[in-house]
Amino acid sequence: MDSLIGTLRLLAEEPSFAVAQALTGLAGASSLFLVSAGLTIVFGVTRVVNFAHGSFFMVGAYVAVSAITLVGFWPGMLVAALAVGALGVAVEVGILRRIYRAPELFQLLATFGLVLVIQDATLWLWGPEDRMGPRAPGLRGAVDVLGQPVPLYDLFLIAVGPLVLALLWLVFRRTRWGVLVRAATADREMTAALGVDQKRLFTGVFALGALLAGLGGALQVPREAANLHMDLNVIAEAFVVVVVGGMGSIVGAYLAAVLIGVVHAFGVLLFPKLTLVLVFLIMAAVLVVRPAGLLGEAPVPAGGGHGTGEPPLRPASPLLKLAGAALLVLLALLPLATEGYALVLMVDVLALALFAASLHFLMGVGGMISFGHAAYFGIGAYGAALAAKYLAAPMELALAFAPLAAAVAGLAFGWLCGRASGVYLAMLSLAFAQIAWSVAVQWLEVTGGDNGILGLWPSPWAAGPGAYYYLTLGLTTAGLLAIRWLAHTPFGQSLRAGRDSPRRAEALGMSVGARQWAAVAVAGAFAGLAGGLFAYAKGSVFPSFLAISRSVDGLVMVLLGGVQSLTGPIVGAIAYIGLADQLVRGVEYWRLVLGATIILLAVAFRGGLAGIAIRRAGAP
Amino acid sequence: MTLLAVDDVAKAFGAVAAVAGVSLSVAAGERVALIGPNGAGKTTCFNIINGQLRPDRGRVAFDGRDVTGWRPRALARRGVGRTFQISQTFPSLTVRENVQMAMAAHGGRGAAIGRPLRRLDPAGADAVLERVGLRADGDRGAGALAYGDAKRLELAMVLAQSPTLLLMDEPTAGMAADERHQLMDLVSRLAREEGIGLLFTEHDMDVVFGHADRIVVLDRGRVIAAGDPAAVRADETVRRVYLGLDDA
Repeated sequence: MDSLIGTLRLLAEEPSFAVAQALTGLAGASSLFLVSAGLTIVFGVTRVVNFAHGSFFMVGAYVAVSAITLVGFWPGMLVAALAVGALGVAVEVGILRRIYRAPELFQLLATFGLVLVIQDATLWLWGPEDRMGPRAPGLRGAVDVLGQPVPLYDLFLIAVGPLVLALLWLVFRRTRWGVLVRAATADREMTAALGVDQKRLFTGVFALGALLAGLGGALQVPREAANLHMDLNVIAEAFVVVVVGGMGSIVGAYLAAVLIGVVHAFGVLLFPKLTLVLVFLIMAAVLVVRPAGLLGEAPVPAGGGHGTGEPPLRPASPLLKLAGAALLVLLALLPLATEGYALVLMVDVLALALFAASLHFLMGVGGMISFGHAAYFGIGAYGAALAAKYLAAPMELALAFAPLAAAVAGLAFGWLCGRASGVYLAMLSLAFAQIAWSVAVQWLEVTGGDNGILGLWPSPWAAGPGAYYYLTLGLTTAGLLAIRWLAHTPFGQSLRAGRDSPRRAEALGMSVGARQWAAVAVAGAFAGLAGGLFAYAKGSVFPSFLAISRSVDGLVMVLLGGVQSLTGPIVGAIAYIGLADQLVRGVEYWRLVLGATIILLAVAFRGGLAGIAIRRAGAP
Repeated sequence: MTLLAVDDVAKAFGAVAAVAGVSLSVAAGERVALIGPNGAGKTTCFNIINGQLRPDRGRVAFDGRDVTGWRPRALARRGVGRTFQISQTFPSLTVRENVQMAMAAHGGRGAAIGRPLRRLDPAGADAVLERVGLRADGDRGAGALAYGDAKRLELAMVLAQSPTLLLMDEPTAGMAADERHQLMDLVSRLAREEGIGLLFTEHDMDVVFGHADRIVVLDRGRVIAAGDPAAVRADETVRRVYLGLDDA
């Protein structure tokens, strides 16, 4: 607090300091704009939100570091941009082209798998150390702005943003190719009907987007060492920029990048621990006033057409009930057979099955794609840990507090659901989780930062491995049955109905937004309970509980099990933790294996394990 | 009794006055067709009435209450049912559950968690399905229905909410000729039996003249004629601007 007041006083007494800070923000905005512009152009034409766009940025930075040593600084920048553009062509032709007609979820997942693959490929090629690049020749010094030294390179970057914006404007207004891109953005079907070669157009647009991201990464090299966290950091911010600016609007992306860049620069000064929270609040504020972003157009509600949809939910067949009961009996007998590692592992499997089922409720039932579901898992875990640490709550109370805390977080985030949907929501969910994670890392005094919170002990009655196993088994079973029950009730069915046809649902007097809001809170509560159970199983909580990789775990479990089946996430959790996890984490480049698996699932096996089982059983 | 009273509504998009002062009314049990050439303002007018658009001026009154600018779901709760040009159903639910969903929403139990949706008055839902001839299809997934059947299911969902006013946007679009008359015969019978007021837009003049008690003709955002089918058919202006171009 004292430092905040001190900083405010400094800003008030020295306006030049504020100007210098604003210039720093503008310089940062340029790279962000380059990434966001590519993201928004690609989305406009292909309707694919490319999660791997931040990875292109990262690769651009790494290639630039290497290329500069070979061919010099400025040619190195060019080489980096072109190389990433070529990578974009390979990705578009190899993967994206196969999934343009697939459901949104699978498109997002495929590009998410790509994030993992590129991360490990970068690790393999360049190693784990940060790679510092050289300063730009001719732009090494600083100039005096109102008595404050401002790096020349920052001024150069500030100019790059508007320059690229102008160039893009020229390309899109004055070239035939640009006109075709705009036409395809406005009406894809009509452009195709007019005989435009869509394949080449899409590849070209994707290459341009990748090139811009690569250039953005390369230009960042003199300011920031190339590192393996760049991809997710920049994609979270780029999502915010694109949503705030309005999907598909390049000028909007520039305005939003400037807004976010400047907010960021001052946020670092004023609230160093909560910068990302500030960014999130700005975004929420913009969405209140303009739900489609600063310069975006309201998305047209789609769906509900004829011949779409999933098979209806049926009551569990006698066979499934029998299998469930048998599994439960088997699990209940497990402690008689073993006291050791198997029980500890099963507690993980159970908690994560509940986590996966809660995510499935949101995605499979509610049709709301979440790339940040770990936020609720982690908030539940931290909620329990904080209650135990600061309120000296016993385990029972702390475990009750976990779903509560997560539900409250769900209410806060779910409020956005009435204002955003589809890909917007997926992007916002990732940004939200990234923010929750950064709070856990940065707010040392409360969360312990990277050291986490240690010393969570179950109450004496549940302290033995067998006893805690039974507690987890009981609560997880209850949670799974409750989620299943909810899916069949009017509440759950109306979520599916609202997903199928929002217009029909509203015309019948149902509020789709209110239901989705509630669904986020409900799914959050179950994920929070899972997090609480997990926390007491480990005896501690760490920021990794809410890291992106945890969200990915959830997605893979749901996907592996099959999105269209309520039993899917349970099967997926068992398969993933019990088999894949043990195998995959033993491999050094496990992200590569995992990412490739996700891409394969999204491109080729969309029904998951449950889908394969259903196909085998001969059902339609 | 006047059920729906639209009074001098207008709506412009930029410089284009899509609707420039339209008034019309629908009485209980009355079937009114809203017709006009392409670009006459039918859809805009329709969307003002169903709550998708807020008019620049004018008033929409339903059942004696000013409902101008009410959202679709608020109108639905007051008893306004609507069907869409491309039928909107819930393909991931069974045919019966589609109707049960509509019934649940109507009864204020649209988000209840006490029991599965499929146990919610299945007999009542079947009775509604019976009326549109889909009783035998209750257990099928709605996504598997043929197009004409999906239209009838949509009608059943609306009927399950016992509306007093039914708005149908191009109810027979995309259907074969004999299917069109079957559907409209069904709608006419239900409207008569239940005293439901019906307002529909339609391109097929056979359907319009065969199933409307009264016809309102729009051109360039204004009403150029209104009256019973015989009077509209005989109207000189209508013959010139509309029927002359598009005579059926």
